[in-house]
Amino acid sequence: MFFAGWRGLARDGGMIVANIFIMTMAVSVISSLFLFKDISRFLVDSIQEKVDVSIYFKAEAAEEDILKVREEIAEIPEIKEINYVSKEEALEKFTRKHGNNPVLMDSLTEVGINPFLASLGVKAFQAYQYEAVVSFLESPSYNGLIEKVDYYERKPVIERIYVLTSNFNKTGIVFSIILVLLAALVAFNTIRLSIYNSREEIKIQRLVGAANWFIRGPFVIQGIICGFFAALICLLIFALMTWGFDSKAEFLFPGLGLFAFFTANFWLIFLIQLLSGIILGIISSFIAVKKYLKV
Amino acid sequence: MLKFQNISKIYPPRTVALDDVSFEIKPKEFVCLVGKSGAGKTTLLKLVLAEEKPSSGQIFFDGQDIQNIKSGDLPYLRRKTGAVFQDYKLLSSKTVYENIAYAMEAVGASDLQIAGDVAEVLDIVGLADKTCNFPAQLSGGERQRVAIARALIHRPEIILADEPTGNLDPYHTLDIIRLLLKINEFGTTVILSTHNKEIINSLGKRTITLQEGKIIRDEKKGRFIL
Repeated sequence: MFFAGWRGLARDGGMIVANIFIMTMAVSVISSLFLFKDISRFLVDSIQEKVDVSIYFKAEAAEEDILKVREEIAEIPEIKEINYVSKEEALEKFTRKHGNNPVLMDSLTEVGINPFLASLGVKAFQAYQYEAVVSFLESPSYNGLIEKVDYYERKPVIERIYVLTSNFNKTGIVFSIILVLLAALVAFNTIRLSIYNSREEIKIQRLVGAANWFIRGPFVIQGIICGFFAALICLLIFALMTWGFDSKAEFLFPGLGLFAFFTANFWLIFLIQLLSGIILGIISSFIAVKKYLKV
Repeated sequence: MLKFQNISKIYPPRTVALDDVSFEIKPKEFVCLVGKSGAGKTTLLKLVLAEEKPSSGQIFFDGQDIQNIKSGDLPYLRRKTGAVFQDYKLLSSKTVYENIAYAMEAVGASDLQIAGDVAEVLDIVGLADKTCNFPAQLSGGERQRVAIARALIHRPEIILADEPTGNLDPYHTLDIIRLLLKINEFGTTVILSTHNKEIINSLGKRTITLQEGKIIRDEKKGRFIL
C-alpha cells in the first residue's frame, strides 16, 4: 500500500508539488503561531517587568522596622521581587544620576540634609496583583511607617498595561484559531481537488471489487508523504528565517534570542510541524475519498 | 444463478428505465441483451453490480438478495462478478500489469500469486508482451482485452459485458466476441449487452430483447429483431 501511494505520487508530480506547497503554507501558519505565542509572551512579560510600585517610608522610620515590613510583604504570594533602597542609597543614586547637573546639585547642598526617603521597590508577578499588595499595605499597622505608596499615581498606567496585555493575549488566541482553521481548510481543499481528479479511478476500483481500505490507503499514504515533506520544508524555512532575523530581532527586543529559541525548541517545533502536516494529510485524504466510495 | 424478480427502476422524477422485468440466468449460460439506446440494458447490468438499487422487485445472485448486501460486503459480490465496460474503465496511471494486479492486491493475494495469475490471464487475452504499457499506449481492442483480463482475474462466476465492442472496429469486435465465447467455454456465465445486429445473429445464443424498459422477447437462439 505504501508503494502504491508512492507510485501515485511519482506519476502525478505537478499536483503533488502543489499539495506540498499548500501544506507547507498551512504547516508554517500552525507552527509560526507556536513561535509567536512565545514571542508575544516575551513581549508581554518585558512590558510587565517594567511595572513596579514604590513604598516610601517616613523619614523617622527605623531601618529595622522597614526590613520587618519587607519580610512581611515578602510573604504575600503575589510578590515576585522586593528591593530595599535606604536613604543613603537613594541619595547616592541621585548624585550618580544627576552629578553633572549643577542646578540640582546646588539645590541639594542648599537643603543641607538628605531629603530622600527609604523605600521598598515591589514587583508583582502580574499587573493586576498590585491592587492586592497595596490594600495589604493600607492596613492601620503600617500608618505610622509609610509616607506614601506611589501606586495611585501609576495606577492608570498599570491598569492600561494590564488591559493591553490581556487583550493582546485574547486577540492572539482568536486570531490564531482563525488562521489555523483557514490554513487547514485551504490544505484540505487542495487535497480534495487532487482526489477529485481521481474520482473515476476510485469508482472503477469499487466496481472491480476493491475494498474501501484498499482504495483509501494509497491516498492516505500520499497525504502522509505530502505532510512529511511539507514539515521538512517548513523546518528549513524556519531555521533560515530565525537565523536571518536573529540579530534584527535582538536589536528590537533585547534578550529575545530568536534563533536560540528555535534551536532550544528544535524537536518540539519539528514535532508540531510533522504532526500538523501528517494529521492534515490523513484527515483531508480520508474525508475527500469518502465521498467517492459510495458507488 | 441470477434471478430478476419484477424489477422496476425509475429515475426521478418519472423516467422509467426498467419496468417489471423478470428473468433467470442459469450457470454457464451465454446471454445476449439487446435493445436500442435507452432500452435499459446498462441499468440492468448496473443493478447486478449493485451500482444502482431497484425501485421495486428483487434480484437474487446465488440465492442472495443483492439489495440486502451491506456496503462493506459489496466488494465480495463484485469479485464474483467481472465487469467489462464500453469505455474500458482502465486506470490511466497504471500499467497493463498493475491494472490487473490491483484487483488481486485488493483481496490480499501474495506477490507470487499475483505474478502467476496476471501472466496467465494476459496470456489468455493475448497481451503477454504488453505488460509494461500504459492504457494510452494501447489500441482500443487491446484496452478492451485488458479490461476482460481484469474482469477474469478473480475467476468470477459471471461476466457482465456492457457494449464491449461499442468503440471497436469489426476486426477487433470479432476478436473480443471470440474471447468472450472462450471464457464461456471455460464455464463462466456471460451476459453480453450489445446493439450489434451481426454479432447477435452470428452467435445464435439466448437473447433477451429490451424495449422501453420491458422485456419484449426472450429466445433460446435469438436473432436481432427490433
